[in-house]
Amino acid sequence: MPITMGLLLALSFVVSLLALAFLIWAIATRQFALDRAHAATVFGKGGADGPDTDGTHLFDTTGIDKVSARPVRLLILGAIFWLVLGSVFGVIASLKLHWPDWLNMAAPLTFGRMRALHLNLVAYGWLSQIGIACMFWILPRIFRTPLRAPHLPVIGFWLWNIAVTLGALAFARGWTDGEEWLEFPWQLDMLLVLAGVFFVVPLVKTARAREVDHIYVTGWYYLAAMVWFPALFFIANLPGIHYGVEEATVNWWFAHNVLGLWLTPLGVGAAYYFIPKIIGKPIYSYSLSLIGFWGLALFYSQVGIHHLIGGPVPTWVVTLSVVHSVMMFIPVIAVAINQHVTVARNLWAFKESLPLRFISFGAVMYTLASFQGSIEALRSVNSITHFTHYTVGHAHLGAYAFVSIVMFGAAYHIMPRMMGREFAHPGLIRLHFWLVVLGFAIYFFALTIGGTLQGLAMLDATRSFAESVILTKPYLEARSVGGTMMTLGHILFAINILGILRKPRAVAQSAVAAE
Amino acid sequence: MNRYLPLVLIALGILAFATLMLVIAPGVQIAQHAVPKGLNPYSEQESRGREQYVSLGCVYCHSQQPRSPDQAPDVERGWGRPSVAGDYVFDQPHQLGTMRTGPDLLNVGVRLPSESWHLTHLYQPRAIFGWSIMPAYPYLFEEKAEAGPEDTVVVLPKGFGPESGVVVARQAALDLTAYLLALDRTYPVPEDALRDDGYADRESGS
Repeated sequence: MPITMGLLLALSFVVSLLALAFLIWAIATRQFALDRAHAATVFGKGGADGPDTDGTHLFDTTGIDKVSARPVRLLILGAIFWLVLGSVFGVIASLKLHWPDWLNMAAPLTFGRMRALHLNLVAYGWLSQIGIACMFWILPRIFRTPLRAPHLPVIGFWLWNIAVTLGALAFARGWTDGEEWLEFPWQLDMLLVLAGVFFVVPLVKTARAREVDHIYVTGWYYLAAMVWFPALFFIANLPGIHYGVEEATVNWWFAHNVLGLWLTPLGVGAAYYFIPKIIGKPIYSYSLSLIGFWGLALFYSQVGIHHLIGGPVPTWVVTLSVVHSVMMFIPVIAVAINQHVTVARNLWAFKESLPLRFISFGAVMYTLASFQGSIEALRSVNSITHFTHYTVGHAHLGAYAFVSIVMFGAAYHIMPRMMGREFAHPGLIRLHFWLVVLGFAIYFFALTIGGTLQGLAMLDATRSFAESVILTKPYLEARSVGGTMMTLGHILFAINILGILRKPRAVAQSAVAAE
Repeated sequence: MNRYLPLVLIALGILAFATLMLVIAPGVQIAQHAVPKGLNPYSEQESRGREQYVSLGCVYCHSQQPRSPDQAPDVERGWGRPSVAGDYVFDQPHQLGTMRTGPDLLNVGVRLPSESWHLTHLYQPRAIFGWSIMPAYPYLFEEKAEAGPEDTVVVLPKGFGPESGVVVARQAALDLTAYLLALDRTYPVPEDALRDDGYADRESGS
């Protein structure tokens, strides 16, 4: 005990000194002096160049997008493949909770494996890959220089997808590391880390070769996430050194940082780029975005142990994570003011841009998911919600309604600009939007209400445990309905993206005729 | 912010600090505690059973961490005393869990000590509890016309077994059951026990 406390005090002191030194350096070199000119980095060299909506496409004239197009296209396609497959596993897992005797003939089909396959495929196959696709699209644009070493991400794409495929097969056959969010065997996880190198190197090269002095806020999130995630993933997967309760703290340090320091920067970074770009006006208060970013880094990185409240871990670590969870209000409000005010002052843009509907809806869900998460970490609330379906609803509010829906919008914005043509059937995009939004609403409210009732029943010693199971059944059925609607939306998404990739026949013929 | 290197260095520094607080410091603190008296390592068969438990994903519905009476009625439900860090020293990977779609299992070997009960329940949970939503695990068993001398026959109520012959447990089912029966943390709490006591009622001085 004395060693621990002494170690902590000494290190806190050193860390504070280092932080102070950095602060002095940053103020001296005017790192924090942000103004509206910096916020306009998101536009071309000439400053704000008008809205970039569905009616007024701003095609790239500098040749930057042409270089990024190949890796971005591959990553989007790979991501959609895993999204559809991962959603199907999710629906199967959901159905199994109210049809427990359905599809029980073999171990790979059991609930435990279906559920974890769903999580790993959507986390590493879909969200990570579509997020990386956005990085490759946005970073060269805000750095105003073409992507460097553009063949590397193509190799990375193949390695990444081979790793996810092998990980899924291994897990389905029962080869697992056995921890939530870390199920894939660590040997295959190392292949994912290797694939990550092929993504990070070209992006860092591009950052260093940038032709603009200022790094736009999206770049902060992306450049930081690019070092956070590999570090997290590597440490958490080191074999043989973690065990018992210590392993549980590593598990949740990792699992919550995957959300906070990987998926969240991917989603927030994309929203910070696309919202002003589509509307054609800079973000509301650019200096506020500093608080949003550094607050996220400081607070989000230490919230993980709120998954072990009331558990066999030291009280002080739990309290630390609860405090940081509540502190998350600060960066979240900063981001909310920036993004929502920009949108609220330009409501006309919803009519003009379908992608903005997705992205802005997702950005609002980020605010709500974070508020909910902060409140859920309070000890009194956590006693009810922990160990129930409520938590699953919350997880989907963050990873789905926020990150996934922002990414749908990003893909719908990127594809026409990459292919140089419009979507043939915008009605299908609208249908996709309403299917996933309504499906999600059913999903979320079913699990939130069902989970709360389940938690209250479990806390009441006069009610049998059976009661807490039986009362959730109608809510679990409703969740399957919502999940199925979301999955149908994903199939439409795949159809829309594949549709714009195919050269329309009429255009192809007229082009030949013109020559 | 206009510089790549300082941005990335500070970002990594913050993560390193979080790692220190959430991983290294608790790790050092937990490692200073001795193995509790009364806790034994898993036998070879129990370890094989634990591998079944892990690979079938039992953790997604069953926690292994009873809470304190200050927070929840886990003791009254028969799930055992509040667990402490030392209870898990032989667990790798840990299976603390985050869901209670089913009950907590850290002391299921004490609460339900019958091998026969577990085999029936694993073969078809609804043969015991009609309301249960737990998956059945028929592939851990096999149907035979007649049980051999070494076979463990599963006791099944009418309507849950095959029309003729018997259901016998495969080795995997026997291993898994051995692990479940070994789940027993009812020995006394060690004096230097470590757990989250943030719910302790301070007014009563406990």
